[in-house]
Amino acid sequence: MKAKNNTKVIYITIFISLIFSIIPLPIALDAYRPNWALLVLCYWAMALPNRVSVLTGWFVGLLLDVLLGSVLGINAFALAMVVYVMANNYLAIRNFSLWQQSLIIGLLTALYHLLIFWVQRFVFGVDFSMTYLIPVITSAILWWVIFLLLRKIRRQFKVR
Amino acid sequence: MNPIFVEGFSSHRRMFLALVLSGAFMYCDHKLESFEVARGFMQSLVSPLQYLANAPKQFLDSTAENLVSRKQLMTENQRYQVSELKLKEKLLQMDILKQENDRLRNLLASPVRQDYKKMVAEIQAVDSDPYSHQVVINRGLDDGLYEGQPVVDDHGVAGQILHVGVNNSRVLLLTDISHAIPLRIHRNGIRLIGKGTGSVNHMEVIHVPLSTDIQEGDLLVTSGLGGKFPEGYPVATVTQVSANSFREFAQVTIKPLVKIDRLRYLLLLWPDKPSLEPSSSAPEDQDTKPQEGQG
Repeated sequence: MKAKNNTKVIYITIFISLIFSIIPLPIALDAYRPNWALLVLCYWAMALPNRVSVLTGWFVGLLLDVLLGSVLGINAFALAMVVYVMANNYLAIRNFSLWQQSLIIGLLTALYHLLIFWVQRFVFGVDFSMTYLIPVITSAILWWVIFLLLRKIRRQFKVR
Repeated sequence: MNPIFVEGFSSHRRMFLALVLSGAFMYCDHKLESFEVARGFMQSLVSPLQYLANAPKQFLDSTAENLVSRKQLMTENQRYQVSELKLKEKLLQMDILKQENDRLRNLLASPVRQDYKKMVAEIQAVDSDPYSHQVVINRGLDDGLYEGQPVVDDHGVAGQILHVGVNNSRVLLLTDISHAIPLRIHRNGIRLIGKGTGSVNHMEVIHVPLSTDIQEGDLLVTSGLGGKFPEGYPVATVTQVSANSFREFAQVTIKPLVKIDRLRYLLLLWPDKPSLEPSSSAPEDQDTKPQEGQG
């Protein structure tokens, strides 16, 4: 069989997810912005753990840090942590039904936001507000779309 | 065939490496000044992404501008003419005062204040970290920006430059929790320090003794003491003073004059660069040519 595995597609989807995570939204909707990069990374880490590793997650997080202007390494660390959890349990999570998966994704997004909050609290002493956790809900819902879409893309382009 | 087991390093080792790397980056970014160069480099590396994310809004904006009705344009034009007339009249007085001031300063052998280089920048619509108040502008190293440069808009001081990329950069706004600015009460010249709280429409003044003469409605301007912001730009008004004698210091809440959540155009200042020659990139801010003060 020809050694063609279309890894490019993975990077293109991650690239698009990065654009989506900085695209301007109306202020009213801004707090509801789902974590596009996290969702896409989670999908690839679950489907192709040999392509998307913890360090890929870390690097995408670093790009996100520069894009968002936060202290370098915060998003990188939190995303690497999420991918780490995903990479250690991908066989189990793959077999869950879609709504169970979206529950897991909700938990991972909460972990991601809390990790970022804790580091920010440690560095700057920011105060907690519940609005930081709104993306958990939207991300969990959006997982249905992302999962079905990326699965279609993966099968269409035969990404391995 | 898909390998069942992941090859290469185990994910534990990778996670450990990621942890060490993030720790190192956080430390360097937070503590080391020299890391700014690397940060600027990365900023310019990702700027295409930011331009791309900004594109849809820019497109919509330009379409909206093209579709303005004739009537709207006419009323707008009229408004501008009236305000230009008013501003011109103020400028006339200002010129005379400035000449007089320069002459007096010459007599006192003080250095004459000079007009400095300015440049207009537009804000790029990209999202930022929810924990901090920052905006991205479309000017960078190519336009001569530097870190810590003061940024103002037509209401007052907006903030300072945080990271400089090649053709876009990041502005840290006044209200960010990590930002502080040296201030002076316009009425009596008492010096204070204004600190951001992370809220869009209020800031606080720290270490104000209970006996300080400060009232609600006082205008606070930059004192120029930190060396970053030039003197005399309006920053905020005092909204609340609570001098509770059980506390060590008075609690003073101030409201920034700049509308942080609806910024569009910003003006960059070069306090140490006189604008003797007209700057190439910003033709509209060259109305006030420095006048030679003859003693």
